[in-house]
Amino acid sequence: MNFDFSDEQKQLRETARKFLAEKSSPAVVRAILEGPEPFDRALWAGLGEMGFLGAAIPEAYGGVGLGHLELCVIAEELGRANAPVPMISSIYQVAEALMLAGTEAQKQTLLPKLASGEVIGTMALVEGAGRNSERSIKAQMSNGKLTGVKVPVADGDVANIAIVAARGPTGVGLYLVDLTAPGVMREALETIDPTRTQARLIFDGAPAQLLGEAGQGWRLAADIQDRAAVLTAFEQVGGSDRALEMARDYALERMAFGRQIGSFQAIKHMLADMYVAATLARSNAYYGAWALSTGSVELPVAAATARVSATQSYQQCAKNNIQVHGGMGFTWAFDCHIHYRRANGLALALGSQSTWEDLLIERMRRRNAA
Amino acid sequence: MNFDDTPQEAAFRAEVRSWISANAPKHLEAELKQSGFGSSGVTSVDPIAAAKAWQKTKSEAGWACLHWPQEYGGRGASPIERVIWGQEEGPYGVLGGLFTIGHGRCGPTLMAWAREDHKRALLPAMASGEEVWCQLFSEPAGGSDLAGLRTRATPAEDGSGDWIIQGQKIWTSGAQNSDYGILITRTNPDVPKHKGLTMFWLSMKSPGIEIRPIKQANGQSGFNEVFFTDVRIPDAQRLGEVGQGWTVSLTTLMNERLSIGSGMPTGFPELFDYCLNLQTPDGPAADNPMVRSRLAQYAVKASGLKYTGMRAISALSKGETPGPENSIGKLVAGASMQELAMFALDLQGEYGVVSDPHQAEAVGRFQAMLLRSPATRVEGGTDEILRNIIAERVLGLPGDIRVDKDVAFKDIPTRG
Repeated sequence: MNFDFSDEQKQLRETARKFLAEKSSPAVVRAILEGPEPFDRALWAGLGEMGFLGAAIPEAYGGVGLGHLELCVIAEELGRANAPVPMISSIYQVAEALMLAGTEAQKQTLLPKLASGEVIGTMALVEGAGRNSERSIKAQMSNGKLTGVKVPVADGDVANIAIVAARGPTGVGLYLVDLTAPGVMREALETIDPTRTQARLIFDGAPAQLLGEAGQGWRLAADIQDRAAVLTAFEQVGGSDRALEMARDYALERMAFGRQIGSFQAIKHMLADMYVAATLARSNAYYGAWALSTGSVELPVAAATARVSATQSYQQCAKNNIQVHGGMGFTWAFDCHIHYRRANGLALALGSQSTWEDLLIERMRRRNAA
Repeated sequence: MNFDDTPQEAAFRAEVRSWISANAPKHLEAELKQSGFGSSGVTSVDPIAAAKAWQKTKSEAGWACLHWPQEYGGRGASPIERVIWGQEEGPYGVLGGLFTIGHGRCGPTLMAWAREDHKRALLPAMASGEEVWCQLFSEPAGGSDLAGLRTRATPAEDGSGDWIIQGQKIWTSGAQNSDYGILITRTNPDVPKHKGLTMFWLSMKSPGIEIRPIKQANGQSGFNEVFFTDVRIPDAQRLGEVGQGWTVSLTTLMNERLSIGSGMPTGFPELFDYCLNLQTPDGPAADNPMVRSRLAQYAVKASGLKYTGMRAISALSKGETPGPENSIGKLVAGASMQELAMFALDLQGEYGVVSDPHQAEAVGRFQAMLLRSPATRVEGGTDEILRNIIAERVLGLPGDIRVDKDVAFKDIPTRG
């Protein structure tokens, strides 16, 4: 049995960690949090040059052709570093969608540019508050033109292309839209996590082409989200570990009542519980990675398992990191809130926790029945 | 990343599987599969005799105590082979419960500290299940604070060099079925508590030993009190030096944490199955969003433990030592099972109060879990001690400030 990453993959992790320590340092993340730029362009270009964006994209389409396990390793490091880049939207969702369902022409045109970072993609499914479902899609496709409003769309203000769920003649389909074309308006939204921007996209007769089969969009969207969920779980696992480390380091350094606060059992036990959650999440994420990388029929269950566990872990680690830091944890100057924002933002990305809990049990039931 | 055996592992697994298939007590299989947590295993036959018979069969074919050296009755197998054996033994492994303490803790402690002639005399009979061992550690005054124990060993006045034991142990699993035990005692109360301890092995048939079963909160009796009145132990049965007992006990406790891949039960598969079948006025319970949310939370804990175990097994397979992540097992499983049992009863509504296996829902298994699970959170290290261990040994946080550290044991306050 070898339920672990290989030595080469662990080496890649070290390379990514070193690269991000410099290029996605706390100062870099803070500049995006506080400044006018929606994401760090230099970091994004660097991720393209390093081959990180194209890790799972075949060489024939301009990628590096490593595989999904390598992309999982990179995702974990991006999560640790709170990297302020449109990775989830452009790589975990759009590049995966094209590899799953793109025509040869779509793949030839777009994948190389996604792998280099020249083109940024996003996925626009949601049209408002509440659980997103096939029935709630109101956007319309007719005569190759898309009309409707999508909100919120992660990285929608910076993306060049979007995969949009819309109602066509035979039901909901997924459509590729050039966001720079006429008929598209967009506005950035204020959000709980400014290191990952969100936008409202308004389509008014925008040209769009079908991705995958007409009327089968919702099923395809679920497949795409499963893949993105595994990769995002690794970001959440990386974020959990980093938040736990921050809390541990502060508990060792901070003195109160004449002793390190990490010597109080109330603090030790809180940190132990964070470690437990992070460990469970990591093991579940490995299960997801295994299913994703082997094309297993277990992927729907594994992805939901990885996702639910990782969301729980990162939220717990990020909120208790603030708690261990006490008042300082609630200052703008300390970085605790960056993880708290990211943890709670990621908990909603791709569908909220209650949605994934529901999916997990439904899928386990179907697996049992099969 | 894969779950595949190496060719050697696959060959070993095939050998194990074929031997078990030919030799296991198949007439007990169904009953062993049904024996849920908090119930007492087989009832159709004498459980002790059934356990000893299976162990003897295994021993005669060289399948007892796989990881022990051959000269002590083991097979000299690798850690991963031991894991594979456990996976293949499946429900028959339940029969090994009688020997868990002996094989997992007493045996390794003897191997590290006993005289060679004693090891050769005692270990093979322990391995074959002919002789059962228990661990006499906890006391009324020494549970989580084990080093606070008060059972005294004093030199016999007749100059024989023997030791005379006075005192009481508690929570001794299986003492009533045991032939031998390892015993930690206080030999010097004038030094700080960790420094005045000494370990022995002894016959449980020694004059002066009285064993009283404890009626537990769930009505069963798996644990005992053991009283020592002028019990005599030859000095040759001392394990380690006089005053070195704490170090010796750490050998025992470290082995307690090395049992990998056995998989602590969480109760989740039973609950999931129950919810799929439980009909409510609105359809199966598993259709209800609130039920699904709770199920999902338990599911990811059970899955997380399973795959944490797989990571540990993978380390063993590569000849590495598993990391500290393995320390979370009992902490997660114990708390999950208790919450999950309460949730299962909640789903049963007012009828959940019924526990008679003939009338209760799901043959009363969740009621049994409810009543047994408080013990899981206490035995073998309380949840709080386990959190301390994770915080101190894994995360590197400071140890507790110990007010009794440099105080002679006799001067430590005993009441608030």
